[in-house]
Amino acid sequence: MKFKNTHKDFEITDESTYLNRRQIIKSGLLGAAGVLAPNAFALTLPEFKANQKFLIDEMTTEKDATTYNNFYEFGLSKSAPSENAGSLKTEPWSVEISGLCEKPGTYDLEKLVSQFTLEERVYRMRCVEAWSMVIPWLGFKLADLIQYCQPLSTAKYVYFETLYDPEQMPGQRGRSIPWPYREGLRMDEAMNELTLMAVGMYGKELPNQNGAPLRLVVPWKYGFKGIKSIVKIKFVDKQPVNSWQAIAPDEYGFYANVNPEVDHPRWSQATERRITGGFSLFNSRIKTQMFNGYGDYVANLYKGMDLTKQF
Amino acid sequence: MVPFGLMVWDGFQQNLTADPIEELLHRTGIWTLRILILTLMMTPLKIITGSTVFIRIRRMVGLFTFFYASLHMTIYVWLDLGLDWPHFIEDIVERPYITVGMLAWALMLPMAITSNRWMMRKLGKRWKMLHRSIYLVLVLGCLHFLWLVKSDLTEPLIYSGIGLTWLLFRVVHYYHGQRAQIQHPSQSRTP
Repeated sequence: MKFKNTHKDFEITDESTYLNRRQIIKSGLLGAAGVLAPNAFALTLPEFKANQKFLIDEMTTEKDATTYNNFYEFGLSKSAPSENAGSLKTEPWSVEISGLCEKPGTYDLEKLVSQFTLEERVYRMRCVEAWSMVIPWLGFKLADLIQYCQPLSTAKYVYFETLYDPEQMPGQRGRSIPWPYREGLRMDEAMNELTLMAVGMYGKELPNQNGAPLRLVVPWKYGFKGIKSIVKIKFVDKQPVNSWQAIAPDEYGFYANVNPEVDHPRWSQATERRITGGFSLFNSRIKTQMFNGYGDYVANLYKGMDLTKQF
Repeated sequence: MVPFGLMVWDGFQQNLTADPIEELLHRTGIWTLRILILTLMMTPLKIITGSTVFIRIRRMVGLFTFFYASLHMTIYVWLDLGLDWPHFIEDIVERPYITVGMLAWALMLPMAITSNRWMMRKLGKRWKMLHRSIYLVLVLGCLHFLWLVKSDLTEPLIYSGIGLTWLLFRVVHYYHGQRAQIQHPSQSRTP
């Protein structure tokens, strides 16, 4: 399925414009043996800007997106992940697919990714802490992976797990989160056209601190739903308990849809601080949009649900 | 003044992380708490060491607490909220962590205003009572911090622990002094 560059809410860069699919498959994930072959991905940031005809939100700088992260596996501060994530070995990487599907198994990531079409998607990312970024992700539709796995009709949810290895992820020696990090989506959310399995950003492989080598991107939900460094995907029939819901069920729920009308118990979700880079000290907050502005694509998934209760 | 200087410097160097307003709020907040605890240590240190220098600098240290607290609040209202007064009122009323934060600052204001010798003389005994509210400020400040962290309570608990320790010192010393008064009524009290 091809997308035209006419979407208002998110930008998809036409594959043929600069991505050569054969190049990507030939050179593994995004580059041979983890090292980016010189011309495998020739795109740099200035070229990105040139391709964005319909960008309505200013993109966050790569520097900010890769140095301001919540990834407690590497420490609790925003700078800890970029400082400490070097210890993560992202190659070779395998993903265990299991549960209610026809094609369970342990898949080598590089081989798995080569089955799917990579696209670039520029999405807003809204953290539950009330800050947000605009990030050009590179990945394939989760729907493509799901179709590949052939889930059974009894599979109602998709469950994800992050790597658990305190040797590589020093933050896991602490107990800020009951490890490993878990997340889940309802099947229709997982099949939605927006849901992305990201393998790169800013035209390069995902940096470790952003969840290399595979992370989930669900732009209409709070950022903590974007589980990083995924090793396990399971098709299940019961709604999984995601990590933040397990930590504080009165504050974080399963759905975690961006919703300015449903406040966090301790702070408001009506506005957010957009991270743009540059001298932003005097930037005003912006109003948070329902479903992070992606309502056209996802609002129908929640018809009839009381979002103040199912948050 | 050094922390403030560093904030200004980092501001111009664009070293304030991707979210500079949050970073400034955090820094001004943490320094308010640190200098508050320092202020609480002044009298105990005088009691322990006998040196009056701590009493002499106590006012300055206290006023610096007020300085950083005011900076913290100004950054919040001006830079974060963009002087959106309705939003400000709503925050004070609906977000407990901001309620206690505002209360803490409001309690510091009369202390800052009455922090000179003239006021001390004018208010006499009531000056001491007024300035005892610094302990309530400590409690409110710690609650403010505890209520805004997402999951890890370690840092706010550490500050609460340290602050409470110095409060405990004063309480123990006071009762010690009370018992001494009963046994030796002629002994003078410490300021």
